[in-house]
Amino acid sequence: MNGMPILSVVTFLPLVGALFIFAIRGDDEISIRNARWVALWTPGITFILSLAIWWSFDNTTAEFQFVEQASWLGGAINYKMGVDGISMLFVILTTFLLPGCIIASWYSITTRVKEFMIAFLVLETLMIGVFSALDLVLFYLFFEGGLIPMFLIIGIWGGKRRVYASFKFFLFTLLGSLLMLLAIMAMYGQAGTTDIPTLLAHDFPAGMQTWLWLAFFASFAVKVPMWPVHTWLPDAHVEAPTSGSVVLAAILLKLGGYGFLRFSLPMFPLATEMFIPFVFALSVIAIIYTSLVALMQDDMKKLIAYSSVAHMGFVTLGLFTLSAQGVQGGIFQMLSHGLVSAALFLCVGVVYDRMHTREIAAYGGLVHRMPVYAFVFMVFTLANVGLPGTSGFIGEFLALVGAFGANTWAALLATIGVILSAGYALWLYRRVIFGPLEKEGLKSIKDMSVNEMVVLLPLVALVILFGVYPGPILDVTAVSVDNLLANYKSAVASVENATILAAR
Amino acid sequence: MGPGTINTDILTALPEVLLAAGAMGLLLLGAFRPGNVVSTVNWGAAVLLAIAGLAVLTGTTGNVTAFSGAFIVDDFARLLKILALAGTVGALVLSVRFMQIEKIVRFEYSVLLVLAALGMMMMISANDLISLYMGLELQSLALYVVAAIDRNSTRASEAGLKYFVLGALSSGMLLYGCSLIYGFTGSTNFETIARALEGQGMQLGVLFGIVFLLAGLAFKVSAVPFHMWTPDVYEGAPTPVTAFFASAPKIAAMAMFVRVMYGAFPGMSEQWQQIVVFVAIASMGLGAFAAIGQTNIKRLMAYSSIGHMGFALVGLAAGTVGGVRGVIVYLMIYLAMTIGTFACIVSMRRRDGMVEDITDLAGLGRSRPMMALTMAILMFSLAGIPPLAGFFAKFYVFLAAIEAGLYPLAVLGVLASVVGCYYYLRIIKIMYFDEAGAEFEPMARELKLVLGVTAVFVVGFFAYPGPFVAAAGTAAAALF
Repeated sequence: MNGMPILSVVTFLPLVGALFIFAIRGDDEISIRNARWVALWTPGITFILSLAIWWSFDNTTAEFQFVEQASWLGGAINYKMGVDGISMLFVILTTFLLPGCIIASWYSITTRVKEFMIAFLVLETLMIGVFSALDLVLFYLFFEGGLIPMFLIIGIWGGKRRVYASFKFFLFTLLGSLLMLLAIMAMYGQAGTTDIPTLLAHDFPAGMQTWLWLAFFASFAVKVPMWPVHTWLPDAHVEAPTSGSVVLAAILLKLGGYGFLRFSLPMFPLATEMFIPFVFALSVIAIIYTSLVALMQDDMKKLIAYSSVAHMGFVTLGLFTLSAQGVQGGIFQMLSHGLVSAALFLCVGVVYDRMHTREIAAYGGLVHRMPVYAFVFMVFTLANVGLPGTSGFIGEFLALVGAFGANTWAALLATIGVILSAGYALWLYRRVIFGPLEKEGLKSIKDMSVNEMVVLLPLVALVILFGVYPGPILDVTAVSVDNLLANYKSAVASVENATILAAR
Repeated sequence: MGPGTINTDILTALPEVLLAAGAMGLLLLGAFRPGNVVSTVNWGAAVLLAIAGLAVLTGTTGNVTAFSGAFIVDDFARLLKILALAGTVGALVLSVRFMQIEKIVRFEYSVLLVLAALGMMMMISANDLISLYMGLELQSLALYVVAAIDRNSTRASEAGLKYFVLGALSSGMLLYGCSLIYGFTGSTNFETIARALEGQGMQLGVLFGIVFLLAGLAFKVSAVPFHMWTPDVYEGAPTPVTAFFASAPKIAAMAMFVRVMYGAFPGMSEQWQQIVVFVAIASMGLGAFAAIGQTNIKRLMAYSSIGHMGFALVGLAAGTVGGVRGVIVYLMIYLAMTIGTFACIVSMRRRDGMVEDITDLAGLGRSRPMMALTMAILMFSLAGIPPLAGFFAKFYVFLAAIEAGLYPLAVLGVLASVVGCYYYLRIIKIMYFDEAGAEFEPMARELKLVLGVTAVFVVGFFAYPGPFVAAAGTAAAALF
């Protein structure tokens, strides 16, 4: 496209920033200040650069764009980057949220600031890399590399049970992804390449697809996370510092959904066709069960974490309907959930920084002291519920429409989940924001600071904007999704024809 | 196997000849020169090893045999020799300061390291069961003495004795295997053995010989079920000696393992592959599970090295060029990680002496951030997490295993590496998540250098793996 390898620049710029911070010596106030500013500027510039990707992105083609290639591991394993309509917006989501995370941890992280910022910037590089890698091994490298900084972020800057949470997070995810690694190697053995565009066109034998699908599923299901392998998520979310939770909920969880979309559906269509009921069942269980669990939580972060699992259930439901609405809805829901869950965790962070507790019972009546906060929190609560006019509605609605076409029962049960989500979200809001202001400690609580508003108000704007006018997002994804579905249908149909012919 | 003159034979083995002559020269120097000659001998040894390395690189090209086919130099031998020499130099660097502080000032130490390196180079170049045994024993005898070099320490003496007795047993088994093989094939030369076995299918007598041979080899690479000596010897020996045990001799033994199997028994690969698969699985599993309960970091590294040898054997079990390439890449990366980690362990020194407990690392992230950072990188790498080098090590061996259709082996290996991950993470947890203990003494400059070089290698490998993988590829191709 253009001369500059923009994707690589966007991917590795945060790493350069991390190196700069690494070079800052000393532990005094000034060097910590410098570290913070470097950590803010780098993702900021990265974000602006990444907007250039969206700007010059061509909506009318399903091809990969901004493709870069260089030889790497020898053989057919190369360094290859590129984005299409499915992955591009996730890159933007990542670069958009990261500066906010840095601002959110400006005052709340006071120990080992430099290390924190380095970990965060490295994490950003790895996450952008996951979404723009066009080689399976490269993808895996970024995918699993993200474990290291996240492990450290939870383990060093986390809450009381941080060690348990970080180990659980790491080992759960590692087990899943190593099985995927074996599948990747098997694919390399079969197809002779790990180039993703080539593999998308490759027909794997039907028997092999089943195993490969299961191995990939092991990895992505843990990431999404799907019931019953979601148990690491509440622990990790609760113990992680605010910005860690934000990244975890908004971006890391999306890796699973993105993985299904990029690999499982198009590369193993026959296996996907076979496993659709299985995924539907897990998704519906996730939606209903975790919503019920969320109703019973005393901890704000834990509640939001369970609600994340439920909302990701809509994503998997939508993706595996394999209809245009369902898949588009799944993608939209991922992006929307990226904004909303990030915002909700930031909202919890706002009060946590003041009161140092996440107990719901410790709050109440905040609206009297914090009107702006109450407004912001309300917007995101309603978006979480899926109120029309917020981005949450579009995603859930499209996913459910798709689901109705595919499996009425699944859609029906999932809709119950929507009702439940209204239940726990609104009840949380009532308990925290409304009611009389009785607690002694809350009487002097201050409303949101400028810092916090700078982070949260753009999110408010985007959530409402995309709720009213989802066009920019749907336009980007439309062609790629249609192409994916067309390929999928033709792959499945050709096998069906073959069996019909064989039966004759 | 051309009838070379004695001159060309010696030229082919020039690096070995240099080392042998140099070692004896240093010994004479140490024995007859009055005054303290330890540092002179140390420097001499380092220079000697460097010269030998240079001679390896520039001396020969292509595939040359010497001494009636008993000695072979090819791309495989050259690369592995460089690695073994690098490991020896690394261990020597780690030892210098340590030996001074612990008052184990003997010039024999570095001479013994040089002799061990000579033995290793013989092992790597061995193309005959006799020369293989000769190299192996030269190396082993030097190592027995080095293990007990701190003769005032009962622990070290026990380690040396234990190593000697068990090592002698394994040598015996190996010899017995060799004699069986000689009896059934009529030769000790690898190529002649291979030719004698060609098209014969499985022969029970030879198989017995191979089993005994494998038992001896497994002992040398400390693979399960012949690993029992490893934790005790690692714990008892002085730390830099442990670093040496864990690095260079492992490389030489593994190289010898690979060459014997592919050089002499390609025709019976189905038979020995089963054994190697079992040994690999058992080593990976034991390495992963047994390390969890360890409190002494040297013991932990012992189990870790057992596990890593299991992973390397996965590549051997695959039985392909890709598999051997995987083994070589694994050894390269393992060498860097091991030397780096031991540079940290050697630096675990408080004012009142060395400490070896894992919990002594508590709070290192605060008290010595750079040391903790590099150690954490090495631990993540040992655990095999991308984008660090340890991931690529595992990647290539598992890739070969999958391509060879050894799915159960690969799956079990992956599970073992998840379990193994736990104890590496535990070290990171202790360094970063726990509250600080008493501070360590500052790190010596040369240790910082070693640590820096290895850490840069481990971190930077992903950016530019091409030359290393290519070198391993040509080395592996030389065996086929």
